Amino acid sequence: MAAKPDTLSFQDLILTLHAYWSRRGCVILQPYDMEVGAGTFHPATTLRSLGPNPWNAAYVQPSRRPTDGRYGQNPNRLQHYYQYQVIMKPSPPDLQDMYLGSLREIGIDPLLHDIRFVEDDWESPTLGAWGLGWEVWCDGMEVTQFTYFQQMGGYDCKPVAGELTYGLERLAMYIQGVDSVYDLRFNDAGVTYGDVFLENEKQMSKWNFEIADTEKLFRWFKDAEAECQASIAADVPLAAYDQAIKASHVFNLLQARGVISVQERASYIARVRDLAKGSCEAWMKTNGWAA
Amino acid sequence: MTDFLLELRCEEIPARMQQKASEDLARLFTEKLAEAGLKAEGIESFVTPRRLALIARGLPLRTEAVNEELKGPRADAPPQALAGFLGKTGLTREQLVERPDAKGNVILFAVIEKPGRATSDVLAEAVPAIVRAFPWPKSMRWGSASQTTESLRWVRPLQGIVAILGEELVDMEIEGVRSGFATLGHRFHHPDQITIGGANDYVEKLRACHVVVDHAERMGIIEAKAQDAAAARGLTLVVDRGLVAENAGLTEWPVPLLGDFDPAFLEVPPEVIQLTLRTNQKYFVLRNAAGNLASVFICTANIEAHDGGAAIIAGNRKVLAARLSDARFFWEQDKKTPLAEHARKLERITFHEKLGTVADKVERVAKLAEWLATEGIVPHCDPALARQAAELCKADLVTEMVGEFPELQGIMGGYYARAEGLPDAVADAIRDHYKPVGQGDEVPTAPVTVAVSLADKLDTLSRFFLIDERPTGSKDPFALRRAALGLIALIITNSVRISIYDLFHASEPLSKGSPDMGAILAADHFNDFIIDRIKVQQRDFGVRHDVIDAVVFLGGDDDIGGERDLVRLLGRVKALQLFVETADGTNLLAGYKRATNILKKEAQPPIAYDVRNGYAPEPAETALIAALDAAEPRAAEAIANEDFAAAMAALATLRAPIDAFFDNVTVNDPDPEKRSARLALLARMRDAVHGVADFSRIEG
Repeated sequence: MAAKPDTLSFQDLILTLHAYWSRRGCVILQPYDMEVGAGTFHPATTLRSLGPNPWNAAYVQPSRRPTDGRYGQNPNRLQHYYQYQVIMKPSPPDLQDMYLGSLREIGIDPLLHDIRFVEDDWESPTLGAWGLGWEVWCDGMEVTQFTYFQQMGGYDCKPVAGELTYGLERLAMYIQGVDSVYDLRFNDAGVTYGDVFLENEKQMSKWNFEIADTEKLFRWFKDAEAECQASIAADVPLAAYDQAIKASHVFNLLQARGVISVQERASYIARVRDLAKGSCEAWMKTNGWAA
Repeated sequence: MTDFLLELRCEEIPARMQQKASEDLARLFTEKLAEAGLKAEGIESFVTPRRLALIARGLPLRTEAVNEELKGPRADAPPQALAGFLGKTGLTREQLVERPDAKGNVILFAVIEKPGRATSDVLAEAVPAIVRAFPWPKSMRWGSASQTTESLRWVRPLQGIVAILGEELVDMEIEGVRSGFATLGHRFHHPDQITIGGANDYVEKLRACHVVVDHAERMGIIEAKAQDAAAARGLTLVVDRGLVAENAGLTEWPVPLLGDFDPAFLEVPPEVIQLTLRTNQKYFVLRNAAGNLASVFICTANIEAHDGGAAIIAGNRKVLAARLSDARFFWEQDKKTPLAEHARKLERITFHEKLGTVADKVERVAKLAEWLATEGIVPHCDPALARQAAELCKADLVTEMVGEFPELQGIMGGYYARAEGLPDAVADAIRDHYKPVGQGDEVPTAPVTVAVSLADKLDTLSRFFLIDERPTGSKDPFALRRAALGLIALIITNSVRISIYDLFHASEPLSKGSPDMGAILAADHFNDFIIDRIKVQQRDFGVRHDVIDAVVFLGGDDDIGGERDLVRLLGRVKALQLFVETADGTNLLAGYKRATNILKKEAQPPIAYDVRNGYAPEPAETALIAALDAAEPRAAEAIANEDFAAAMAALATLRAPIDAFFDNVTVNDPDPEKRSARLALLARMRDAVHGVADFSRIEG
């Protein structure tokens, strides 16, 4: 299907959301410069959702899911894609309305499209976190995860933050009416998403599944784990948390390489959770916040 | 008298919680009012994704004044006791009332007058109390109040309260949310505030704002409109009440819309399509005139779209196409590998830490299934097919499709078996071997399926019993009760003739020489558990547990104790229950109980009965002896032939002679010889009855 010119390009979608959430008092951040599996891992969400201080931020976060790689063959699945993340603490009373306003802003008319809030409780075993909320459906497609954080790193959120995670590629495909992510108009000057990312998907899928040296990966995991623990001991929780993120990503790579058995999986998740929780605990401590 | 309207508006309540919440609200409201001495003439409750509401009709405006009496000390009690009571009640000695009690002591009473309260005051206290203690299955904190973990918890953020008694506002505030007359209409059609007058205009005012507040009415709309849409295409809606209720829980203004999907997807098994539509998308499926799945879906939107729903249908089609492509991919991937090869991967799945892998279990099940067939316990069953089906029955657990839709276990295995050309009997057995999964589920009758299903359930039960993992109270983590009910249903439906103990030992043979005490105990536990489950299972068919006990605890039949062949056991139980509910049965039972009561008082068991040595028996004695002489062999023969009705008929012939015996013969005769002979006769009668059933277990 030919792209409709009256719809937002991929980059304009991002710029529109930036402008929208900026007007609502959010700090517009740039992506975190480390490999993460989801926007929630950005310290602007994980660590900032702890403690009493108000915090409103929005940012794009490239998300790496090595096991979702399909060598560029699947029109919907990618090992690298973008999430648009909004975090508002404390959760404002009109967060749902603000969110719906953002949909209108990017061209989704809720009297033409069926928008629904469908129960979806969120839990991240690796972050020791959970929350209640919904997946937001647009005409039967999940376009956003909407969560009220109740716990992070094993700590009660006081106050609770509201988190929105938009699946940018899905939303853009919907708005532009294309069936393959690679056909998305990235800008209005003739560049497609495929032009930018197809080759990355091919090469990275190959590396994730076939090339990555598992011996090194196992070593990196251990190194990151040790470095995280040392940083916690040295009261530099932000540095410790970086290492927790690194361990988490290396674990995802090991999974993609298929070298972690079912039994081992649970123990790796527990190790990453301990790192994340330890970083959160140190962060609470250095800030002088009580649990 | 007046009406009260309450609406608690919040962000979207999960569909699965709505109906229970609506019932809870009505119940808690009724309870709180009752505590204050108020009762409504009627309560209607409503629920939508965004509101829980309740209308209480016919409430009095005030509660009645009541006198409450507090019992104090005796009038002659020490002064400290009196002082304490006066302090507690705030009264003076003169205000207390004196009353004598049954023993003639004078007791002091305080009579406290409680004036009537305005109903609105009661409500202003009751509603916040209900909200604070509401039993949501999962609740959350939110907003700036959540600085503390003590802040209000609700299913999702609470946003508004409407509380109107008659036409007056009931003023209340719960965590910064203040009651008012205003609510919101449909999220998109009428996002602005609307003012409610009271209970009488609530439902209609909201309807005018695109909100149908009654869950049942929304269900009706969804079902009717979906039916209409199906009929317009000459198709039949597959009615799924759970799905209708779920969609009613996701919409305030439900609009079913029909769309098509690519018929090429129909090559995927219909169960997969149905689950994809239902579980992932909450769509209804339809069938054509031939009864086959149509390439059509119905989704339920929450708006009347400007374009009549064209964009919504187009969007949903696209999502569905992606989902079905995934399903088709799994289907094609899985078929590339034969089931036998999938089955090898079962070595990687732990069945239970003490019971090895699923592959280990499969091998045990295969052995058992083959044995059940070889021994003819499951008749007309080819042992080789039984083994083959058992070896493959769990292979689909490692397929992509079952990973995605665990509820398709068995079903997918059946499809994959057929796709690779295995015999139908094997494919059917793989498909159906989990059955029956509950009371009312279809019970397999195809021999190979029966063998595999029975073997699978028996293995699960016996293994868990051998490691002493038995269900306790409400805890049954391995669903052993369900497995036992399935086992029983298979045995009875297919007349599988084997005792409970033989069944257990088929799975775990007792070692010769030094039998393992653990295994012997496990077998007993298994037996007791099965009998217990039979009682539960048969209760639904009106079979009495005491009648089952009468047969189960019968001395000296099979194995140790009573009847252990479930087919025979139930045949006997049914005949016995019919009999004990007849006049003959009731009277025989009475005579039996009288006889056993007399015998119980005897220290020594009665000597063998022989009248020839002594006295001339009375006619009623002679008649009873003759009746026993005739009935005993008849009953024994009937039992041997499994003609339990005939056995009961034989017992019935004893009724008149026993009645006549008790009417005309004195057991406790002064002549010790007569007395002992008559006691012996009663013992013989008891034993004859016991040949059929242990009547002492029967109630009444």
